[in-house]
Amino acid sequence: MNALIWAGVMLIGGTGSVVRFLADGLVASAADRDFPLGTLAVNVSGAVILGLITGLALGHEQALLAGTAAVGSYTTFSTWMLETQRLTEERQHRIAAVNVIVSLALGIAAAALGRLLGAQL
Amino acid sequence: MSEPSPPHAGLPSDGMAATAPAGAGRTGVRARRMLPQVDRREVAAIFVGGALGTLARAALAESFPRPATVWPWPTFAVNIGAAFLLGYFVTRLAERLPLSSYRRPLLGTGLCGGLSTFSTMQVEILKMLDAHAWGLAAGYAAASVAAGFAAIQLASAMVRRVRVRAR
Repeated sequence: MNALIWAGVMLIGGTGSVVRFLADGLVASAADRDFPLGTLAVNVSGAVILGLITGLALGHEQALLAGTAAVGSYTTFSTWMLETQRLTEERQHRIAAVNVIVSLALGIAAAALGRLLGAQL
Repeated sequence: MSEPSPPHAGLPSDGMAATAPAGAGRTGVRARRMLPQVDRREVAAIFVGGALGTLARAALAESFPRPATVWPWPTFAVNIGAAFLLGYFVTRLAERLPLSSYRRPLLGTGLCGGLSTFSTMQVEILKMLDAHAWGLAAGYAAASVAAGFAAIQLASAMVRRVRVRAR
């Protein structure tokens, strides 16, 4: 594992975070609802892509760059939890519960679907 | 959770439309009207924070490789740690400090977003299900949500208690 790989992890991780910000903003402003749809869209699409990468069975360094760095930085756990917690502060308990359950259910299904697709390629 | 960018210092709105594929006319115009103005400094701050968060997460994952059927401590640790930090930063920046155009994108969207990951967690759960480790899969999902939620709650409460005491 050389310095070039780690520089790549940083460059790709920074880019993945910017793409997340743009995609979240685009979906959230188009949806315009209480439900945090932007984060859900980012996380579920990221789960499909990471599933696909897993299915491709890449080499170790390729998997680190494409999976851990790119897709890992594109998706976010912390914002998902922040939005859920803030919904409960606003007494939107039902929406908060739906956000947790739907994200997990769609996330696992998306990862499974992506892996299936990846294995076909 | 993207907040509106300050109206000044944004790219001209045509900056986004230029990236829309040809033939996506109607969607492109719609997206351009709806997209908040993109601030270059904000994007740069997210990039820097995201690069550092991703480096920390990747270094931890590389240092402690885990088989699929054991508790994924590296992912669990970065996710709960990032949730705590995000709760702290967001509450402090929104409720205590004067508005800043780059702190939230640098520390919240960038650092915490890059440090935490949803997709890796989902693939880890999928592999636990493959191995019929049902209890581990359910326990990992439930513990991540419970601890992540509690971390945000705790960090927010800490910031708010300090504010009250300072008055």
